Amino acid sequence: MNIVVCVKYVPDATADRQFESDNTVDRVGVDGLLSELDEYAVEQALQLKEKAGDDTTVTALCVGPEKGVDAVRKALQMGADQGIHVIDDAIAGSDYVATSLVLAKAVEKAGSEKKVDLVMCGMASTDASGGVLPAMLAERLGLPQVTYAAVVETQGDQVRVKRDSDTATEVIGASMPLVLSVTDQTGEARYPSFKGIMAAKKKPLETWSLSDIGVDAGEVGLDAAWTAVEDTSARPPRTAGEIVTDEDGSGATALTEFLVSKKFI
Amino acid sequence: MTEVLVVVDHVDGAIRKPTYELLTLARKLGEASAVFFGSPDQGAEVATKLGQYGAEKVYVVDDAQIKGYLVAPKAEALQQLVEKTSPAAVLFVSGYEGKEVAARLAIKTSSGLITDAVDIDDAGVVTQSVFAGNYTVTGKVTKGTPLITVKPNSAPVEEVGAAGTVEEFAATISDAAKTAQIVAQQPRKATGRPELTEAAIVVSGGRGTGGNFEPIEGLADALGAAVGASRAAVDSGWMPHSFQVGQTGKVVSPQLYVANGISGAIQHRAGMQTSKTIVAVNKDEEAPIFELVDFGVVGDLHAVLPAATEEINQRKG
Ligand SMILES: Cc1cc2nc3c(=O)[nH]c(=O)nc-3n(C[C@H](O)[C@H](O)[C@H](O)COP(=O)(O)OP(=O)(O)OC[C@H]3O[C@@H](n4cnc5c(N)ncnc54)[C@H](O)[C@@H]3O)c2cc1C
Ligand SMILES: Nc1ncnc2c1ncn2[C@@H]1O[C@H](COP(=O)(O)O)[C@@H](O)[C@H]1O
Repeated sequence: MNIVVCVKYVPDATADRQFESDNTVDRVGVDGLLSELDEYAVEQALQLKEKAGDDTTVTALCVGPEKGVDAVRKALQMGADQGIHVIDDAIAGSDYVATSLVLAKAVEKAGSEKKVDLVMCGMASTDASGGVLPAMLAERLGLPQVTYAAVVETQGDQVRVKRDSDTATEVIGASMPLVLSVTDQTGEARYPSFKGIMAAKKKPLETWSLSDIGVDAGEVGLDAAWTAVEDTSARPPRTAGEIVTDEDGSGATALTEFLVSKKFI
Repeated sequence: MTEVLVVVDHVDGAIRKPTYELLTLARKLGEASAVFFGSPDQGAEVATKLGQYGAEKVYVVDDAQIKGYLVAPKAEALQQLVEKTSPAAVLFVSGYEGKEVAARLAIKTSSGLITDAVDIDDAGVVTQSVFAGNYTVTGKVTKGTPLITVKPNSAPVEEVGAAGTVEEFAATISDAAKTAQIVAQQPRKATGRPELTEAAIVVSGGRGTGGNFEPIEGLADALGAAVGASRAAVDSGWMPHSFQVGQTGKVVSPQLYVANGISGAIQHRAGMQTSKTIVAVNKDEEAPIFELVDFGVVGDLHAVLPAATEEINQRKG
């Protein structure tokens, strides 16, 4: 089996995330890392490989700035076999549509020798949190998409997924090749072991530019985006609320009075 | 006036409230038309309701060939409808499905997509709240048909009484779109409480409940609220995952959010920080949730909530 896992390099959510003067996300000034939710996709890919054994390859793919290679490395340390980092100055400021084009072309190139059976993604990135890239990628690649998997099972080229949709609990079936996104319900992602960290250093890691994957620079980046951000502003900090300490039931009364004053009762 | 398409979010013909909110926004941009994927038998009934909240026209797309599959067939049908109507915009409810149909449609129609909008003005400028609610971003779609997914509770529901004329739309669905199949489906058990994402008030419990959600449910019922939970409560098996609020659960934006025994981790905040009023009950005065609150009680939820519930019920008489 040939599995490509899409891993995004995102600003650390616990740091002070910001925007640049051109209203793009600051991906350089803020410490970044492999999007936490993509670790679950790497984990599931590795479990599928362990189950299938044999000649399954797991390739970690990241489209992102120079430090984006850290996201790929982390995936290699966890156990992915090889990595691809697509980097090009022209990509900066790309919206979903352009990012999905770059990812789709990179997946195609990654599958030029041996066709890709599974493209795996996290349920959403922790910065954009759109949860739309897997669907866009599937549309571009002409593949089915099965998203938000909580449980993934495969048998041959058949994939079965259990998931919580907006209104129901569902079982979805599809056959490979397909795009699959997984949630944190699939189970803890492994930590890289010392051995894994050492082994990662020797794993193949390729760097591709836009011309390597046949994407015209004019199709991506801030200027080519199909959406334009007009303004970004930090939300005014919440004014400090009133905090009371409960003593012999005073808390309940104060709470009730607050709710009454705000007309919730 | 140009049409604005609103994709109806419903379960077996029962329209969910965010659809009506979309109709309010759509009327700012043009003439609201609803798109109903469902049984043509329900067309007239559904159109009456949609008309009441502002839909001039209701396109009924027979879902016999669509409902057994994930989003691809809906995107195909919408592409055909967009070609026919050249709408000023297409609006979706920001749920898993709405976002993914919009994503595929964006590629199919070469259109820009903005997700998780919290407002749209009459010039089509879209407001989003990002980075767990810490930033407000405004922007616009600059290419193709603006495709916008809107979070529940972002606009008022307005009764206006429009025509709600039914127009059947026959979409052609390719076999290629019918690949990800819904093998089994179990609708969520009705809780008798409001739907989490739609509720005006949400009362949530976390690890601090110690697994006893009775105080949470009691307060929720006194307030007519939905019940939510932190991931810690879900991971402990106390509540089903469908109750989880946060980055990997539901994103809610109610008028009032009451967090009980929840510390306020960034991933939890991501799902509730845009709530209009935030209240917390936590026995640790240092809990980060108190940084967000309009009102907080430092105390044991097992004592505070039942007492407050009793007082509230008494006041309601
Ligand atoms: C990838 C990822 C995704 C995540 N997604 C989500 C998500 O979607 N939603 C989410 O909620 N979390 C999510 N988390 C988990 C998040 O990081 C926190 O671990 C979680 O929110 C903690 O839940 P909690 O506040 O209930 O528990 P804790 O952090 O343990 O807090 C319990 C609180 O209860 C208080 N308490 C204890 N007893 C009482 C009492 N008797 N009365 C009053 N207060 C009491 C304590 O003082 C404490 O503040 C995610 C984590 C990761 C890594
Ligand atoms: N620049 C990127 N490089 C690699 N994978 C990405 C990138 N952007 C998004 N993805 C993948 O798409 C998923 C959903 O992203 P999003 O739609 O931005 O929430 C992520 O969890 C990743 O698996």
